[in-house]
Amino acid sequence: MKHRLSDLYILALITVVIVLLMSVLNPRQFLTIANLESMAFQLPELGLLSMAMMITMLTGGINLSIIATANMTGIVAALILTSGHSQGPADVSVGTLLLAISAGLAVAIVIGLINGLLIALLGVSPILATLGMMTLVDGLGIVFTRGYVVSGFPEAIRFLGNGTVAGIPFGVFLLALAALLLAVLLNRTSFGFNIYMIGCNPTATYFSGVNNNTVIIRTYILSSVYAGFAALIMMSRFNSVSSAYGKSYLLITILCSVLGGISASGGFGRVSGLILALTVLQIVSSGLNLLQVSSFLTIAIWGCIIVIVMAINYLVFRFQERSMSIKRGLLSNLVG
Amino acid sequence: MKDLFRHHETFVLIILILVSIVITAINPSYFTLENLFDLLRNYSFLGIFAVGVTFVLISGGIDISFTAIASVAEYIMAFLVIKYGGNTMMAFMIAAVVGTGLGMLNAVLIYCLKIPSIITTIATLNIYYGLLTVMSGGKWIYAFPSGFRTFATVRVFTLINYNGASYGLSIITVIWILVIICAWITLRYTTLGRSIYAMGGNPSAARRVGFNIFRVQIFVYSFMGFTAGLAGFVQALVLQTVAPNSIVGKELDVVAAVVLGGSSLAGGVGTISGTILGVALIAIMNNGLTLLRISSFWYNVVIGLVILLSVTFSSFRHRLSPRGVNRLIGEIGGKP
Repeated sequence: MKHRLSDLYILALITVVIVLLMSVLNPRQFLTIANLESMAFQLPELGLLSMAMMITMLTGGINLSIIATANMTGIVAALILTSGHSQGPADVSVGTLLLAISAGLAVAIVIGLINGLLIALLGVSPILATLGMMTLVDGLGIVFTRGYVVSGFPEAIRFLGNGTVAGIPFGVFLLALAALLLAVLLNRTSFGFNIYMIGCNPTATYFSGVNNNTVIIRTYILSSVYAGFAALIMMSRFNSVSSAYGKSYLLITILCSVLGGISASGGFGRVSGLILALTVLQIVSSGLNLLQVSSFLTIAIWGCIIVIVMAINYLVFRFQERSMSIKRGLLSNLVG
Repeated sequence: MKDLFRHHETFVLIILILVSIVITAINPSYFTLENLFDLLRNYSFLGIFAVGVTFVLISGGIDISFTAIASVAEYIMAFLVIKYGGNTMMAFMIAAVVGTGLGMLNAVLIYCLKIPSIITTIATLNIYYGLLTVMSGGKWIYAFPSGFRTFATVRVFTLINYNGASYGLSIITVIWILVIICAWITLRYTTLGRSIYAMGGNPSAARRVGFNIFRVQIFVYSFMGFTAGLAGFVQALVLQTVAPNSIVGKELDVVAAVVLGGSSLAGGVGTISGTILGVALIAIMNNGLTLLRISSFWYNVVIGLVILLSVTFSSFRHRLSPRGVNRLIGEIGGKP
């Protein structure tokens, strides 16, 4: 269960280069409090969604239904929040608020549970199970909302994504908490250990006495819960919910995970890498935005960055292998 | 008879027939030649994509970028044909060459940098689509030359219905049929086709037997690019307008259709006939929902359920077969 640290060094180096580049290109706007703050507001939703994706990728799976789950959580919570009142959103009681949030998260858990059951017990491949689930949940969301956007939430919800504590956006605290919890879970608990093990070698894990099915089901539930928390922030930032929001995030979360060193075939990757990758993408996007570059060029550049990083990783890997084999050759010569 | 039931295609066919009977019983206008030819014309676009995706899935990879390739090919084709003039044949050639080239670029990245195909193609999807949108400025293209417009309405034979409206086998469907025939012959009767199966089944075994993996991979992704270019061409013929954002976003629908037809995401398994049935199933579902006057809000719910039931059923059947039981242990991890 070695983490490939060299990947992280490369990524950290790239982060520094990009920050320097952006600062040189646009010194008056890039290194300002306002820009840092706007970046901090945008980070949490993609961060939570990427973590939801990352957890499943560690087991060698994938969860294509995270965006649909997030939208569904938001829709359920929003429908409860907007059902009772007619005079305005401000008068929602704390009870209703808690009910809405917990109902939304409960729906997320159910979706995760079904994903997990399909994948673990019935052996459906994760891409297909979650692809079908994505379409189904999307469809249910459209049915629930009749295709409309539901909007108008109480102050407390809006605070989650738009409020600040001591000048720092509240969402950042949520993101930090979520990242910390996930890191502890992955590195300090047997559940986390088993996730990595299954990603490396499911058969060996099975024969070492781990109940793979339970681990996988829990993984997909956890992934759904993270998507559910992302939903609360999305709700708050857009001040509305719809089945159609955030579609473009789906593939970006996979890119972000891979950029952060999470192996697409499972078993490797850590939360710090993901956060670093997230920061890189956000800096690029904000920096280019300040330079008034089209957002479509930004996604093209994201694509290029991932290819370049993967290429560097591969070359470094090859180089290390070669020097290792040379060393081994020298050693055997000496011994021989 | 027993042999027949061992094929996935048989089950898809049975479902197709059952669904058709139900729809016809409720709305007889479903079971008419006119509706059939309409469906064949409208789903040629999806069907052409599906043929390419089948090749990629059989080879053990996956391609997400084909919608972006189709958009780029379509746009460049429309731009050049309108600016410099040219007949329909020229347009076809341009689309095919651009598509093949971009597909080949995917293959080179996947092979030379050893990046998993899903990551590479998500990255190139963003690169191709991002650059296209930036360079085109998101502008739509209308005003095709008249030759291009008349070509789209050509029919191989024409029939007249009782209202006096004419219908028949469109040239667009013929393009699809030609692609199917070429693909079928390639997969079934050529060394190249068999080597695609070999590579998907077990890449290292295929290499040791003496197949040139790089060449096979180049062919598979170039062919995917070629079909994507062709699909772009067909889309332009059908709609007579080109919008840079009209195709991207459909990639997972196509993959779902192909997988419904029995191709495995693990590689080595899949047939053209299965793919045709998978596309037919999606087409008939969509068409049937319209004919049954079911509110369009329910579309995704039904499609999602069909995907989930179908993949669950096929993996369940796979587990019950003797070969499946042997592989049961290996699959427990739920690897994609």
